[in-house]
Amino acid sequence: MMAQTPYQESLHLHDPQSFWTKYVWSQDHKVIAIQYVITAVSVGLVALVLSGLMRLQLGFPGSFSFIDPTSYYQYVTMHGMIMIIYLLTALLLGGFGNYLIPLMVGARDMVFPFVNMMSYWVYLLSVLVLMASFFVPGGPTGAGWTLYPPQAILPGTPGSGAGIVLMLVSLIIFIVAFTMGGLNYVTTVLQARTRGMTLMRMPLSVWGIFTATIMALLAFPALFVGCVMLLLDRVVGSSFFMPAVTSMGQQLDYGGGSPVLFQHLFWFFGHPEVYIVALPAFGIISDLISTHARKNIFGYRVMVWAIVAIGVISFIVWAHHMYYSGMNLYLGFFFAVTTLIIAIPTAIKVYNWVLTLWHGNIHLSVPMLFAIAFVITFVIGGLTGLFLGNVAVDLQLGDTYFVVAHFHMVMGVSPILAIFGGIYHWFPKATGRMLNDTLGKLHFWVTFLGTYAIYFPMHYLGFLGVPRRYYNFESFEFIPPSAQTLQAIITVVALTVGVFQLVFVFNLAWSAFKGKRADGNPWRATTLEWQTPDTPPVHGNWGPRLPVVHRWAYDYSVPGADQDFLPQNLELVVATAGHEGQRAQGSEA
Amino acid sequence: MTQHAETNTAGALAPSSGLRGLVADWSSDVQAFQVPWGKAMMWIFLLSDTFIFGSFLTGYMTVRMSTTVPWPNPSEVFALTIGGTEIPLILIAIMTFILISSSGTMAMAVNFAYRRDRVKTTALMLATAAFGATFVGMQAFEWTKLIIEGVRPWGNPMGAAQFGSCFFMITGFHGLHVTVGVIYLSIVALRVLRGRYERTGNYHIVEIAGLYWHFVDLVWVFIFALFYLW
Repeated sequence: MMAQTPYQESLHLHDPQSFWTKYVWSQDHKVIAIQYVITAVSVGLVALVLSGLMRLQLGFPGSFSFIDPTSYYQYVTMHGMIMIIYLLTALLLGGFGNYLIPLMVGARDMVFPFVNMMSYWVYLLSVLVLMASFFVPGGPTGAGWTLYPPQAILPGTPGSGAGIVLMLVSLIIFIVAFTMGGLNYVTTVLQARTRGMTLMRMPLSVWGIFTATIMALLAFPALFVGCVMLLLDRVVGSSFFMPAVTSMGQQLDYGGGSPVLFQHLFWFFGHPEVYIVALPAFGIISDLISTHARKNIFGYRVMVWAIVAIGVISFIVWAHHMYYSGMNLYLGFFFAVTTLIIAIPTAIKVYNWVLTLWHGNIHLSVPMLFAIAFVITFVIGGLTGLFLGNVAVDLQLGDTYFVVAHFHMVMGVSPILAIFGGIYHWFPKATGRMLNDTLGKLHFWVTFLGTYAIYFPMHYLGFLGVPRRYYNFESFEFIPPSAQTLQAIITVVALTVGVFQLVFVFNLAWSAFKGKRADGNPWRATTLEWQTPDTPPVHGNWGPRLPVVHRWAYDYSVPGADQDFLPQNLELVVATAGHEGQRAQGSEA
Repeated sequence: MTQHAETNTAGALAPSSGLRGLVADWSSDVQAFQVPWGKAMMWIFLLSDTFIFGSFLTGYMTVRMSTTVPWPNPSEVFALTIGGTEIPLILIAIMTFILISSSGTMAMAVNFAYRRDRVKTTALMLATAAFGATFVGMQAFEWTKLIIEGVRPWGNPMGAAQFGSCFFMITGFHGLHVTVGVIYLSIVALRVLRGRYERTGNYHIVEIAGLYWHFVDLVWVFIFALFYLW
């Protein structure tokens, strides 16, 4: 017997009895994860439709009478906010975080399952409040996803009535929901790992989600405070962010506030947010590449430290979103330098992914296709980030379609590719059935090639100086007519790619019930979630005894082993690999 | 190999201090900190909450510096006339004293909880909650006084409009924390008295509630220094 029984083995988990407690009011992290995924994907489809409507106006201006400037700005705002907060953050941390953390670290559940359940329901409430804003007089807010005051709350901006209030309230509720979930994720990783699972043996997915959650717990407070203050400005008439304003010929009661303060609060959240969605994606991609290339991840320790370094540095780069806000030149210099420095750990990760692929036994399965697509897309989006990180270049390219192309490549499409890859990878574990391979490949190629057909031309539009956020470009003499042709082509491709996402949704729904049966470990992966006694894992995950971990997460193709992967909980001394499997890392080359 | 796994567990490691202990904790399996889950979670929550109050106070200081109208003098605004003499900040001083005293009773409650003295623990926790309720009550008095004097979130007769909005927002948010703390402490105190933690076998929850309470006190010190004394 152990000197100290791990706390969780003595715990009594709540025992679900009925359908309702098992699948609806469930405290099981796996059910909560699936609830998060379904909600996030549903709301993401709404945002996808909104982007299609935007593209219709941009590609064929004036052809659709129901898209007026007001509704166009509402589409832009809601598309951005839904995608970033309610889809990416919720799906990567609430969905993947909930599903993977306890399974990957060998826990029976999150440390406080009830709080975890509340997290989902409060998140659902925030989504409902946000969706309600589509149905109030004046519609949802059209302030742009950054919600900059003063315009966000002044009459004349679409949805400045109930829309902006519901948006701010929804964000505040979301942050409460996230905090409840996030505290669980961090505490579970820190305190509830199984025997043998040291921090430096955790799969990189867990490292990515863990670091991103800590960042979110420190970054969301700034958004929370910004939302509270903006809400007070809007509702009770305080002037935190409002200078003296003359609106529509009338002097308003506001005065003496600081609009730039909101930008600081917003971007102190907003920039870490980029990495809050990127770091889980980094982790997932690392695991997918290693598993499907049958090779240990290259430079595991450096990968971990790169994740941590990115997390730290991302808190001191926020003002590179504010070069236009009239800040001190030396401050601009500081933020430009930190912005370029953060490229170093990021580049380390990219090199390590490529070196993991190098001489690997690459299986071009659907998850692997998405993983490789992620690396390519992330590199391209990241490189244009280096352009925009420089003050002098940013002043030329800022607020053009170059920026739109940049952030959609790096934090729009890239995390989505990682999410797709992750879903194709873990779907067999979650449902016990494989996703259809042919549909998956069709979905992949249309999405991947479509991405480039959509966003590559946007860089060119940006160089032409086509401004973003504009409803139409009628009075801009300097924009050549060919730009409009390009816009039309982008629209056609975007709508095609959008429609093809239905293939993915159909694949999910169909395969969940009719797909080919999967065994417990179809990808022959090493990490703990594939070693559960049941597939899909039952409540409590592990049966009577928790697994004991004997090696790191990446023992693939170990020389001398009789199979090409050694599960983390495999109790086996490989003669040539030394006492500990981890040491086999050196003999790989 | 079982032997090998055992040498890796945190429990089997001799506790060591300093940097070596830190490394041992962080490289161990099972848990990084030798504390219960609830305590670890409370620490992380308080870290997150620190950033909320940090943002509130930073926002307040920025607004105070950027506003175009002079800031009212807190010593005068928060003065009370007692027995014919005007004493600056007297109410705030008493409130601060009460809240800091409540931290003392809370610390004693934690001490008695670990000695499993249920009656004394309950009494001290209820005393802490009573101090907290007194604090909130005095805050309500202070709010009422200012509102009668014409201070509103959108303006006040003494100076910059942001004075009122920052005051109501920050003290309101802190008061909300104190109120939640009073409820939290009362619930835990009653559970202590009923012997609930005798059955679960530990009194960690008292210390966890105490962490929250000390944090709320600490935040008040910063609000006191930055809002009232500046």
